[in-house]
Amino acid sequence: MARCGAMTQTHSDYRLSQLDQLEAESIHIFREVAAEFEKPVLMFSGGKDSIVMMRLAEKAFYPAKIPFPVLQVDTGFDFPEVLATRDNWVNRLGVRLIVASVEQALADGIVVDDGKTSRNRHQIGTLLNAIEENGFTAAFGGGRRDEEKARAKERVYSHRDEFGQWDPKMQRPELWNLYNGRIHEGEHMRIFPISNWTELDIWDYIGREGIEIPSIYYSHQRSVFERDGMLLTESEHNPCREGEVAEERTVRFRTVGDLTLTGCVESTASTIDEIIAEVAVATVTERGATRGDDRFSEAAMEDRKKEGYF
Amino acid sequence: MSTTNMDLLRFATAGSVDDGKSTLIGRLLLDSKSIFADQLEAVEATSVSKGYDYTDLALLTDGLRSEREQGITIDVAYRYFATPNRKFIIADTPGHVQYTRNMVTGASTADLGLVLVDARQGLTEQSRRHAVILSLLRVPHLVLAVNKMDLVDYSQEIYEKIHAEFTTFATKLNIPDLSVIPISALNGDNVVNRSENMPWYSGPTLMHHLEHVHVASDRDLIDARFPVQYVVRPKSDEFHDYRGYAGQVAGGVLKPGDEVVVLPSGMTSRISKIDLFDQEITEAFPPMSVTVHLEDDVDVSRGDMIARVKNAPEPRQDIDAMVCWMTTTPLKPRQKLAIKHTTRTGRALVKDIQYRLDVNTLHRDQETKELGVNEIGRVQLRTTVPLLSDPYAKNRATGSFILIDEATGVTVGAGMINS
Repeated sequence: MARCGAMTQTHSDYRLSQLDQLEAESIHIFREVAAEFEKPVLMFSGGKDSIVMMRLAEKAFYPAKIPFPVLQVDTGFDFPEVLATRDNWVNRLGVRLIVASVEQALADGIVVDDGKTSRNRHQIGTLLNAIEENGFTAAFGGGRRDEEKARAKERVYSHRDEFGQWDPKMQRPELWNLYNGRIHEGEHMRIFPISNWTELDIWDYIGREGIEIPSIYYSHQRSVFERDGMLLTESEHNPCREGEVAEERTVRFRTVGDLTLTGCVESTASTIDEIIAEVAVATVTERGATRGDDRFSEAAMEDRKKEGYF
Repeated sequence: MSTTNMDLLRFATAGSVDDGKSTLIGRLLLDSKSIFADQLEAVEATSVSKGYDYTDLALLTDGLRSEREQGITIDVAYRYFATPNRKFIIADTPGHVQYTRNMVTGASTADLGLVLVDARQGLTEQSRRHAVILSLLRVPHLVLAVNKMDLVDYSQEIYEKIHAEFTTFATKLNIPDLSVIPISALNGDNVVNRSENMPWYSGPTLMHHLEHVHVASDRDLIDARFPVQYVVRPKSDEFHDYRGYAGQVAGGVLKPGDEVVVLPSGMTSRISKIDLFDQEITEAFPPMSVTVHLEDDVDVSRGDMIARVKNAPEPRQDIDAMVCWMTTTPLKPRQKLAIKHTTRTGRALVKDIQYRLDVNTLHRDQETKELGVNEIGRVQLRTTVPLLSDPYAKNRATGSFILIDEATGVTVGAGMINS
């Protein structure tokens, strides 16, 4: 049971599966924000988590359109497959897409390229600028508490000051399902509706809902090379360095981010069920396996979050 | 393993670092195979660099850098693990700094509370306090884990003594279901695997208990309560006349055809249909998020509540509640605050602080007329808008509220309505 239509049947024991409970909780959060905030926006990365977010937002307001726009931070190094999926979703739902470009922010001097900082880090300034320029008061993000230890302590409503910063020691208590959305002028709230979902929940949900995700999550042939124990895509933005050799391998991505930093794993999983089987027995966390950006220090995520990262 | 049909148990853990709480959580995560190789390697490496001769599982739950530096836990952390039939969400609350505020937060959504005691110390003031808070928050199931049994030679006598002492204390509280389990988190005795060192103990292991404790019947399925959260009006050609009331069912079972009343207006109508996304459903129950349609064109907006005609809460502006105060500036009579109850927001005036509850002794201190940070007391409020509430003991969703400082916007209090 518990496929889409199963809810129509009578529940003799009034039991809701954990996935249905998570869905109900997330939908509640989306509606609460739409009701209480003047100008929300959904941050869309094109990754599986933000696609689940789009699906939940679709369900929360159906048959009305999602009552807020979608914001994507374009690093200039995004996978083309991800941008294609983004466009399909945006067109199908009829929502407005705002693209904040890191390249544009660099050109405008909003963020400064010191030649050492990754595009991932430049996203912070670009994102904060887009939030400020558009006057967004709430920004939905697809962060999950199981991803990383700094996230494990973050609230569903995560307050950001005028500088977009997160102060883990000054978080507001969050009780029951009573969310406090009060902010001052210039501040905004980050909202994490899928805080309580795990990686496996995300995949089960994608499978159950039968929704489109970027094709790079499925097994495919790709020209890759090894760097720091990760398999990275060979491209003009990310050429092989000395000693690195590119070769065709059968791979898929576990997370989707900046093409120059996001590694893939060798895999033959070409369906959702095969991916779920793979994730269920995975021995390495998705970020540990394939995210260069989390590897720079033990507190990499914590530091980026404090500055205003997703 | 698919999570689709699993059920869910949310539990809160209480206890200090010294009780071995972090080690226990680390053990639950490790033995349920929820720890990934890279996480374990990081913890092993840190243990070695700190000169330990064992892998410190407590490091698995260490969060922020400032916490690692100070060796303390600052805040509620949420952890996840699953066994084949159940997913678990742990609200891991620190035992010491700002303990009450964090415990109240963690307990507010918990089905079960897990209190740890050190077998060598027996019951402490802190363990009693944890039990009192869990009982005030109406967490229906409580487990007392008597830890470090390995350090008392797995003594049945010591376990029995703590068991008896705690059971006596618990009779003064509202704890519908209590279990006392002897464990060693460090060695894994009775955590996931049955201990060979305590043949005298015939009860379940901790994990077995967590997997099987029955939580479905803890919900109120009698009194229908539907706080309206959002009005869905597409105004599109296809759905021109669509007007649905979206929200999360807070109590009871709603069905098409039910005679309902909309509060506070008192207008009556019938449920014409209930939508779950693009499906029409025959029943809605907690905690489903659905969209309800009424037969008549009555005025309904956010903050209203849909209930049954013969079973509806009475709108009231005079509120008697237990309040947990969470900020350093004390709560005093005549203070004005913002209040959020279900989907309804208004202002509240503190009429009186009847007493402060000593959570260690249960003594009611009527002399103090204010509540300091981390204190709990009985408070009378007058609200600008009528609250559509039930006693917290009956329904945690319609019996709870938060108080917000209007100047700073910070959540400063949590309330549980008495009547």
